[in-house]
Amino acid sequence: MSNIKSVEIKNLSLVFETNDGPVHALNDIGLDISKGDFVSLIGPSGCGKTTLLRVIADLQEPSSGSILVNEKPAERARMERDYGYVFQSPALFPWRTISGNIGLPLEIMGFEKSDRIKRIKKNLELVNLLGFEKKFPWQLSGGMQQRASIARALSFDPELLLMDEPFGALDEIVRDHLNEQLLELWRKTEKTVIFVTHSIPEAVFLSTHIVVMSPRPGKIFDIIKSPLPSKRDLSIRETPEFLKIAQRVREGLRAGHSYDD
Amino acid sequence: MNKIISGSTLPILSVLIFIFAIWYVGTVLLNSPFQKDVYKRKGVDNYSYSQLIGDTMSQKRPVLPPPHQVMAELWNSTVNKKITSKRSLIYHAGITLSSTILGFIIGSLLGIILAIAIVYSRTCDKTLMPWIITSQTIPILAIAPMIIVVLSALGIQGLLPKAFISTYLSFFPVTISMVKGLRSPETIELDMMKTWNANGIETLFKLRLPSSIPFLFAGMKIGIAAALVGAIIGELPTGAVSGLGARMLQGSYYGQMVQIWSALFFASFIAALLVTIIDLIRLSTLKRFGQVN
Repeated sequence: MSNIKSVEIKNLSLVFETNDGPVHALNDIGLDISKGDFVSLIGPSGCGKTTLLRVIADLQEPSSGSILVNEKPAERARMERDYGYVFQSPALFPWRTISGNIGLPLEIMGFEKSDRIKRIKKNLELVNLLGFEKKFPWQLSGGMQQRASIARALSFDPELLLMDEPFGALDEIVRDHLNEQLLELWRKTEKTVIFVTHSIPEAVFLSTHIVVMSPRPGKIFDIIKSPLPSKRDLSIRETPEFLKIAQRVREGLRAGHSYDD
Repeated sequence: MNKIISGSTLPILSVLIFIFAIWYVGTVLLNSPFQKDVYKRKGVDNYSYSQLIGDTMSQKRPVLPPPHQVMAELWNSTVNKKITSKRSLIYHAGITLSSTILGFIIGSLLGIILAIAIVYSRTCDKTLMPWIITSQTIPILAIAPMIIVVLSALGIQGLLPKAFISTYLSFFPVTISMVKGLRSPETIELDMMKTWNANGIETLFKLRLPSSIPFLFAGMKIGIAAALVGAIIGELPTGAVSGLGARMLQGSYYGQMVQIWSALFFASFIAALLVTIIDLIRLSTLKRFGQVN
C-alpha cells in the first residue's frame, strides 16, 4: 500500500450515441487506485467495467471528467507504455512462436536483441512456460495461451497491469490454478493490477480492493477494502471472512439491480 | 480397394471416364457428316457402323479429334521433338511461359502495392477501387490488340507487350485478395498494437502483412492462371509465330484441328502445373510459420 496514485478518476462519464438513443455506459465515476493494489471491477454484463478499463487504457475516450494514469493523462501513459493489457482471448499471432509472440511488444518498443532474449526467458519462467519457446500457439492449450498472453503483457515491465476477464473462457479447474499463479506473480512483482471479472469468488480471492459496479447507467455502487491477508491460497475461500466479503459483494450487486431483468 | 473408394482417386477417375465417353460420342457425331460425304464421293454404299466409327476417329482434319488422336499428337510434339525445334510444344510453352511469369510477378507486386494503398488511404480506396474493378469488365480480347498495336508503335515489341497483358489480368485477383487479407486482423489485435503504441508501419509489417499471406496465395493461384491466359491472348492479334497461342492460331489458319487441340491441352496442363507450384509454395510457407497441422 502506498500513497502514489496509479489511477485517479474524477467525475468520469461516457455516453455512446446509438440509433436507440444515448447509452450511459459510465456515469460520474470516481475512483482512486494506489500503487501496488490489486483492484477487481465486478458487475454484470453492461455495467461498464470493460469500458472503464478501456478508458484507463486510452482505447476509449470519455465524454467528460478527468483521468490520470501514473499521474499523466491516459493518452500519454499509453504512448509511454506504462501498462500491459491482457484481453479476454489470448490474441497470440499464429505465425509467431511463443517466444516470438512474447518478444513482439519488445521489438516494437526497440529493445536490443540480447535484452529481448533475457526478458522473454524471465517472463516465460514467471508464468511457468519454460520449454515452450519454439512452440506455436495452436500447440498450446487455452490456459497456456492465456499465460503466454500474460507473459507478453509483462515483458516490457510495466508498472500497471490491466486485465479484462482473462480467465473467462477457461474451465474452473484451470481457472483456480491460474488465479493462484496470478496472485503469486503479483506478490513477486509488486505491480498494480486492475482486473475485470464477473466471478465473485475470483474477485474476492485475488483483490485488495473490490469495486462493485451496477448497470444502466454504469456506476460504482460500492468499493470494498479487503481485510484478507495478502498471502493467500485457495483454501481461504472457505473461511468465514471470505464468505462475508463475498456476501457483501453479492448484496451490492443485488442492490445495484444486477440481478433484475 | 477401400482406400481407392474413400479417397479422391475413384471420384476423379469416374468423372474422367465419363468425360472421355462423352468426348468419344461427340467425335463420332461431329465427324460423321464429313465422313459420310467421303463415302458418297468414293461411291461406298454399304459401310457398317463400326467402319464409320473407326473412320471418324482417324480423319486428317476432324471437326473434333478423339482423345487418342490428341494424345498421339501431344506425345509427338513434346517427347519426339527436340526442345529447340520450332515444332516442339515445349519450345512454344517456354515462349508463352516467359511472358506469363514476368507478367505474373509484376502483376503480383502491383497488386500488393495497390492493396496497401487502398487499405491505408481512404482517398486511394475511393478513387482506385472503382477503376480497378472497371478495368476487368472490359473484354480482354478487345483490349489486347490495342495494347499490342500501341506498344508496337512505341517500339516495344516481343516479350513486353504480352507480359503487359499478363500483368493486366493477374494484378486484379491479387489486389482484391490482398485488400481482404490486409483488413483481416481483428479489432482485438489492432487494440493490442495500440496498447503498445505501435505506429502504422509497424502494424503493417508485424500484423497486417503476415495476416494476409493466406489471402495472397489464394489470389496468386487465380492470378497465375489469368497471366497464362493473358500471354496466350497476347500472341493472337499480331499473328505471332511462337508460343502456345501462336500454335493454336497457326492450326486455325491451316485447318489443323489436331494441332489446335494439342496446343490447347498442353496449355491447360501448364496452367495446372503453375497453380500446383504456387500451392506447394503456399504449403511450405505456411508450414514454416507454424500454421499447418
